[in-house]
Amino acid sequence: MSKLSPDELLHLSKLSALRFSEAELRAFGADLEAVLGYVELLEQAPTEGVEPTSLPIPFPTPLRDDEPAEPLPAEEAVANAPERSGTAFAVPKVIDEG
Amino acid sequence: MVADPMPTLRELAASLEAGERSSLELVEQSLTRARECESLAAFLSLREDGAREEARAADRRRAAGERRSPLDGIPIAIKDNITKRGETAGCASRILEGYRSPFDATALARLEAAGCIVVGRTNMDEFAMGSSTENSAYGPSRNPWDPERAPGGSSGGSAVAVAAGVVPVALGSDTGGSIRQPASFTGIVGMKPTYGRVSRLGLVAFASSLDQIGPFARTARDCAWVLDAMSGNDPGDSTSLPDPPTRSTDALTDALEMGDLDGLRIGLPSEYFELEGAAPGVIERVREAVAELEAAGARTVPVSLPNSRFAVACYYLVATAEASSNLARFDGARYGRRAAGAADVGEMIERSRSEGFGAEVKRRILLGTFVLSAGYYDAYYKKAQQVRTLLRDDFGRAFEECDVIAAPTSPETAFRFGEKADPLALYLSDVYTVSANLTGTPAVSVPCGLSEGLPVGLQLIGPARGDETILRVADAYQQRTSHHEARPPLAGAGA
Repeated sequence: MSKLSPDELLHLSKLSALRFSEAELRAFGADLEAVLGYVELLEQAPTEGVEPTSLPIPFPTPLRDDEPAEPLPAEEAVANAPERSGTAFAVPKVIDEG
Repeated sequence: MVADPMPTLRELAASLEAGERSSLELVEQSLTRARECESLAAFLSLREDGAREEARAADRRRAAGERRSPLDGIPIAIKDNITKRGETAGCASRILEGYRSPFDATALARLEAAGCIVVGRTNMDEFAMGSSTENSAYGPSRNPWDPERAPGGSSGGSAVAVAAGVVPVALGSDTGGSIRQPASFTGIVGMKPTYGRVSRLGLVAFASSLDQIGPFARTARDCAWVLDAMSGNDPGDSTSLPDPPTRSTDALTDALEMGDLDGLRIGLPSEYFELEGAAPGVIERVREAVAELEAAGARTVPVSLPNSRFAVACYYLVATAEASSNLARFDGARYGRRAAGAADVGEMIERSRSEGFGAEVKRRILLGTFVLSAGYYDAYYKKAQQVRTLLRDDFGRAFEECDVIAAPTSPETAFRFGEKADPLALYLSDVYTVSANLTGTPAVSVPCGLSEGLPVGLQLIGPARGDETILRVADAYQQRTSHHEARPPLAGAGA
């Protein structure tokens, strides 16, 4: 297993939407490498031509009929929001005002 | 402290039916016991007033001859990742502090419709990631058999609540062994149903293709009762089986009448019994349990699960990939913790997540994100999904030769806190449990004696939809043995 470079780890933390100090990133990187080292074991598994399984038991998972029903009231839907504006979720600015 | 006074669900229900006890008495007993056992940290919160009020209502229904079911008025506990409308569902995580769910989990709603009363929410590893409860943001639960040892996890709080005699039944969730391993560590029964048997609606998702809600109780018979009451198709979960609720209690009655296991074939996978690193005391107890099943009329057949050695690696790739996707919803925007003072929305999301998640959750998000990322997907995630097919084929072949597979639940008894500081060492202890999740098969852990004073669990794994079968075998075993009657030495638990 190739070592993960500091740049790769930084990219990975960005993809994960997580922030780390340099020391944390080194420690998490070492844990990650240990697990990736262990899962190299799978290279020995005879998987050539084997179909992947995503759902353990094959059975149809049909969509429900599209029947109108009472939705969650807007007031309840935003009840847990850390910050709200009426019945909308309020967040800090997304784009700079140009 | 008084000795554990909590009878089985069956006995409690009978005393309610006979009018010997009231629901309010049972709920008070649970709440008192919960306080006596506070040092075991089984609960994150108790519903004292709500539970009392519901108990009075249950008693009124009984008095009026309008009880909802034989379970009406029975106190239960639920894991902190199962939602109940208007109440907290924190998954033992800082990121969900203060969150209140706008809806009921289907499994819980069905038990409540039968009259069950939730007395409290139980501790767990954060987002069900762990095997010891040491990853709870609120500190670990303690094993009533030895408070210096872990009760197992992730559903450790639910296991302790039953093992310490607070409630006759508790709900947990099992993604890679999170019901069965704590049941094994605390000397009680814990069952993971067939994938899709119990609705996942209202179970906060960890790994959606692996997660199942299941019961803890003293006996397989009690587990059967609870499973029958909460299983069955749910239009709110597209992965719930199209089947009606289980009728395992009926199967048990038949077994009792037949009195034996004549004709039952028990598969013994050589890979499980010859596993390097399995504690000899554990293997010995499980072999004795198998001998007991043989004495009841079953016969053993050797089976092979040749791809077992890949199961843990496969599991940690599949589970973390799904977790990284499921946990993307925690962004600080709509619910849960939001970091203060962020300049823009990107910073808000990253800082909210970094402040809110604990170390193990971050570790798994990183791994899962890595295995799904461009350039690594085929080598890791797709490979793991292919290995999952190999495992399913292994079990399919084994179940042509046998009706149930017997194995240990865990390669060891309850470990001491801090003993598994290396994350990988802890992952490897899931070796006997992850395959049932990867293959969707039902499995139950049943107490089968002690090794050096600590409980050992016998695991019975059935083919998909074989829930009734494994419960019938577990019940037959418990009728012939008294291991489930052993109680932990609770001295000190209430200190």
